[in-house]
Amino acid sequence: MTSSEITRKNSRAQDEVLLSIKNITKKYDDALAVDDISLDIKKGEIFALLGASGSGKSTLLRMLAGFEKATSGKICIGSEDITHLQPNERPFNMMFQSYALFPHMTVAKNIAFGLQQDGMAKADIDARVSEMLKLVHMEKYAKRKPHQLSGGQRQRVALARSLAKHPKLLLLDEPMGALDKKLRTEMQLEVVDIIERVGVTCVMVTHDQEEAMTMADRIAIMDEGEIQQIGTPVDIYESPLNRMVAEFIGSVNIFESEIIEDEEHFMKLFCPDIDTDIYVGRGVSSGIDDRNMLFALRPEKTFISVEKPDMDHNVTEGTVEDIAYLGGHTVYYVKLTSGKIVQCFLANTERRAERPDWDEKVYVFWQDDAGMVMRS
Amino acid sequence: MSTYTTIKRLLPKGRCLILSGPFLWLLVFFLMPFIFVAKISVAEAELSIPPYTAMFDWIDGVLGIRVSINNFLWVLDDPLYVQAYLNSIKMAFFSTLFCLLLGYPMAYAIAKAPKEQQTVWLLLVLLPSWTSFLIRVYAWVGLLKNNGLINGLLMWLGIIDDPIQMINTNFAVYVGIVYSYLPFMVLPLYANLVKHDNALLEAAADLGAGHFTRLFRITLPLSINGIVAGSMLVFIPVVGEYVIPELLGGTETIMIGKVLWQEFFNNRDWPVASALALIMVFILIIPITLFHRFQNKEANL
Repeated sequence: MTSSEITRKNSRAQDEVLLSIKNITKKYDDALAVDDISLDIKKGEIFALLGASGSGKSTLLRMLAGFEKATSGKICIGSEDITHLQPNERPFNMMFQSYALFPHMTVAKNIAFGLQQDGMAKADIDARVSEMLKLVHMEKYAKRKPHQLSGGQRQRVALARSLAKHPKLLLLDEPMGALDKKLRTEMQLEVVDIIERVGVTCVMVTHDQEEAMTMADRIAIMDEGEIQQIGTPVDIYESPLNRMVAEFIGSVNIFESEIIEDEEHFMKLFCPDIDTDIYVGRGVSSGIDDRNMLFALRPEKTFISVEKPDMDHNVTEGTVEDIAYLGGHTVYYVKLTSGKIVQCFLANTERRAERPDWDEKVYVFWQDDAGMVMRS
Repeated sequence: MSTYTTIKRLLPKGRCLILSGPFLWLLVFFLMPFIFVAKISVAEAELSIPPYTAMFDWIDGVLGIRVSINNFLWVLDDPLYVQAYLNSIKMAFFSTLFCLLLGYPMAYAIAKAPKEQQTVWLLLVLLPSWTSFLIRVYAWVGLLKNNGLINGLLMWLGIIDDPIQMINTNFAVYVGIVYSYLPFMVLPLYANLVKHDNALLEAAADLGAGHFTRLFRITLPLSINGIVAGSMLVFIPVVGEYVIPELLGGTETIMIGKVLWQEFFNNRDWPVASALALIMVFILIIPITLFHRFQNKEANL
């Protein structure tokens, strides 16, 4: 790697589109796995496909790698249509969930495998292999076989092997899926660091929202073969487009409510579960006649107090139904007068502070811009 | 210490009891006969019942032990026997090779077939062995003989005018052996290939490898254990094979099993026959030991 490549750090997503997926569809017999997805991957970004199992994210990734044939639609790099290319003809490399390291080859031979297929000269291969080993800090393990390595080391080798050919696009299939939780957090940052140093564009598939949010520049939330929303981690979390996205990422309280007033800078909602009106500090300004709305409130954006706050909206009364102390924060399950249970997080900023107790009467309230309003 | 615990300590543990079963079986049905054969091999042929000299004799209070190595010297000295050994090993080697070349694609195809079809294909491989081995070899006589099915068909089609001599040739022996031992090659290979992780082939393809590279650099090296196991299962019994060369072979087919039979039944020379059998066991121990060492090496990796 040259020094100029190293200094490219943080100059990630550029506006240039590297890969476009156009109306791609995959049918298995009659079941739709991927339903008419169109998507652009920008050069240099880490893009995560996030969804539950069966959402079609893995099928989409396998179509990018060439292991699955698309039923219809196109995949293009620049102007070149690669939809029908075999996996070995695509300038992409994949890191498999199980790593798929060749068990009969040493670490060095595993990394060299792809280079040998290109007919590279022996000396060049050796140089590239040691460069890759250095990149993933595995120089000492070149002669080991995969089963002599720990999970984290195997992942480094798998990453080195998939980067060795300098692919235009790196595909990661559940990159942390085979690691335990502690190692996972560590490797997430390290993998991102390596990807950034190399400057490769990357599409990853994961079911772990924390992993997607830590690693990716942009996230696509997939459900039932369709993309529900594409955006930065902040977009997805703070401005989900619909109930599915809001509920998939993090915890959320959702209130079915009705618009009373909808102006340019604010709107008022009525919700039967909440004692006062809901006031939202912005309007949706939609001309649609349907006045039904979903009001979504993240638990960490609520406040909870035993004294009635001096507010005439965004406050409601309830009793503490359950308390889960998690160390960093405590989760309160508050039962509203309507019977609806609301989740509230209370950050534990003080040691052993005075707190509402079980069955205590409390008030739940939130700020004007805390909630999110969605149509569906 | 109570009596109960003392008794319990003296009695064999459950583990030993369970293990003693197979050990006893091997002792009675393998080691004992082997010792008998070894004993006969150092006796001398005699016109009596049994037709060999006793090892121990007791004359006037003197215990005499007669151990003769003449049989071994005789066997190793006579080019007929040496030729028979070499020929058996050669035939076993090529039979194993043909079984491998035929069985590998079969096993591979079965292992790659959809899960629900695999049982059917495996059953088809095994099905012939539900009938008697002897009958199946006889069936080949019917197929290969001069007025048999194959020659009849070829002549009826006008491809040949005179029957091709197939029966009583080495060719017929190879056909019989490969046919009979193919399942022993296919099954261990299948058991190995079916365990292969498809992700490895996908990874190889992803890294730019075509079909041939994937076969020769991934599938073949990873199935080496299956190849060795299948080859041993074919090679070892074929070296001592008697029925197939007897029924399908001719005068050119000299295999050690046939020679052994002749010594035993035609010449009634039990000691020489025993010596032949013993030497064969030692010849076969070499590949078996190599196989085990190889397996241990693989396991230690």
